[in-house]
Amino acid sequence: MPRWAQLTVLPALNLLAALLVTGFVTWMIGEDPWECLQLLVSGAFGSGEGIGYTLFYTTGFIFTGLAVATAFHAGLFNIGGEGQAYLAGLGVTLVVLAFDHTLPPIVLVPLCILAAMGFGAAWAFIPGWLQARRGSHIVVTTIMFNFIAYSLMLYLIGHHLIEAGSQNPTTREFGQASWIPAIHQVAAGMGISLPSTPLNLTFVMALLACGLFYLLVWHSRWGFQLRTVGVNESAARYAGINVSKTIILAMCVSGALSGFAAINELLGSTHRMNVSFTNGVGFVGIAVALMGRNHPVGIILSALLFGGLTQGGLELSFEKPVITREMIIFIQGLIILFCGALENLFEPFIAGLFKRKEDK
Amino acid sequence: MEQLFSLLDSTIRVATPLVLAALAGMFSERSGVVDIGLEGKMLVAAFAAAAAAFVTHSPWLGLLAGIMASVSLAMVHAFVSVTYNGNQLISGMAINTIASGITPVLGLAWFQQGGNTPQLDDDSRFHDISLPFADALSNVPVIGHLYSKLLSGHSILVYLTILIIPVVSWVVYRSRFGLRLRAVGENPHAADTAGVSVARVRYIALFWGGVLCGVAGTFLSVYQTGSFIKEMTAGKGFLALAALIFGKWRPLPAVLGCLLFAFADASQIRLEGVDLPIVGQIPSQAIQVIPYVLTVLLLAGFVGRAVAPKAIGVPFVKSR
Repeated sequence: MPRWAQLTVLPALNLLAALLVTGFVTWMIGEDPWECLQLLVSGAFGSGEGIGYTLFYTTGFIFTGLAVATAFHAGLFNIGGEGQAYLAGLGVTLVVLAFDHTLPPIVLVPLCILAAMGFGAAWAFIPGWLQARRGSHIVVTTIMFNFIAYSLMLYLIGHHLIEAGSQNPTTREFGQASWIPAIHQVAAGMGISLPSTPLNLTFVMALLACGLFYLLVWHSRWGFQLRTVGVNESAARYAGINVSKTIILAMCVSGALSGFAAINELLGSTHRMNVSFTNGVGFVGIAVALMGRNHPVGIILSALLFGGLTQGGLELSFEKPVITREMIIFIQGLIILFCGALENLFEPFIAGLFKRKEDK
Repeated sequence: MEQLFSLLDSTIRVATPLVLAALAGMFSERSGVVDIGLEGKMLVAAFAAAAAAFVTHSPWLGLLAGIMASVSLAMVHAFVSVTYNGNQLISGMAINTIASGITPVLGLAWFQQGGNTPQLDDDSRFHDISLPFADALSNVPVIGHLYSKLLSGHSILVYLTILIIPVVSWVVYRSRFGLRLRAVGENPHAADTAGVSVARVRYIALFWGGVLCGVAGTFLSVYQTGSFIKEMTAGKGFLALAALIFGKWRPLPAVLGCLLFAFADASQIRLEGVDLPIVGQIPSQAIQVIPYVLTVLLLAGFVGRAVAPKAIGVPFVKSR
């Protein structure tokens, strides 16, 4: 089977299978799947505002997708993106709460980004170190670290970072100096009028990150080491690659990338931290990376799909109250199943088709 | 004394679903199939059981529905892991995600209560049952107290679980199936050479894992809360997984791990806002993380060493 078919036909079929199952469930709960799909697509892409929100969600998913993909290239399954983004949010919040009235934006925002990357990387470093040096399984450790991160943040927000006198477990609003400009503000500065959405400059960073990711993984010495470790650890060791260093570094890069999801959410949209700001973005990253086959182009496309599903799903739930946010989680699960666990389910069938064509 | 009894009493209640899920995970992982989908299987079971019990007014039919739902997800996992040789971790992750998506969707469509199921009436729930002579013995010091306060007055599912523990232990270590299970999990090629069907053993192991998760989920919804609540498993599946690792993939130590974690959980509510000598107030989150931190330390070999079954996570490809 040609490579282009493997990269396009198979993921498309897998996605179709996931959507067919979703359509069946939609029909089962008494809604018209076709009508729902139309509402969903028009909610996500039908208006400037819809597109803005879609791209805003896409931004976070690109980063967590890249994070999962980095670890995948080293043969590691990092389920801890959620916890890493959570801790990155803590780093951002600490910097902002300390300096938002003293530093100018040009210093503060890069400092926040560094804090997010550092905290995310640190939270991923421990499981990476434990995997590389102590042999404990990365999947189990990152699961445990998600729970530990959640409890830690619940405690810190509830007891220390909470806004004085507030009943809700959230921090105070961040000072304007830390806000990352929204795209519609930037566009207004250039004389273009766009609808007001939370889409912000982090989106540009996400696209840049995809380019850097491509260069790093496929055109750098370290990327070669990364992929060698992922394909065959003992061969890598035999070739003189420092395997444990590569694993630890891969996890740190992964955690740092997850950290950008917190930047997008906290500095780009909510401007304060509450206990549920990550809202599953790390878990969506798993589906995004699997569907995008760990390639930046695939990741952008599948992040766009999930961004569209999230935004279109919200619009859809206004029209159809029985279809809630959980429907999107269900689709996400099906996509993980069909594009991840059963990625080559249709391969024999498709390969047979191509073979017959060649025979003729 | 009263407080201690009530603490131990709630430990048993919290531990029951953990024990069932940990044993489910043990069947699966001992056969060489990683199971991070315990959480999802419990969740669909809790939903199916509550929905069926509400419609049929029978907790037993609820239990049956719970088991069937959980087993069907277990079979998806088996298809991916055994028949298809797919990635078992991703499959488990998919099962968890599918479960937390589908349950509120169906719940909302069928019962219109925000994704939860309606409160079950008394006939449709499992109840606490008094063991024989519990009242008569309650005045006998120590033993009578233990019997009437601690052992008596639980749901039938709790007693079922207490019975299941030695049975599972016997099956794993003393039965023909158990020997094959462990062989398949440690060295599937050797087992295959000896004429054991690796696929068959793994399917059976995952099937029983599904049954146990089904009982665990039913316990949560049809007994404990009396209705299904969105995301009601709240990490219990992962806690059970932690206990399984804590028990080094052995049934009795895993049960002890569950009891330990359940005890920590039960005391957490009682320690809320209490000033302890020396340390002062302990935040409840500090107690919540104990199981997770312990598991990480254990896996890293800082406290003892947990060695997984050798063939875990590796699809078995019969050589040609």
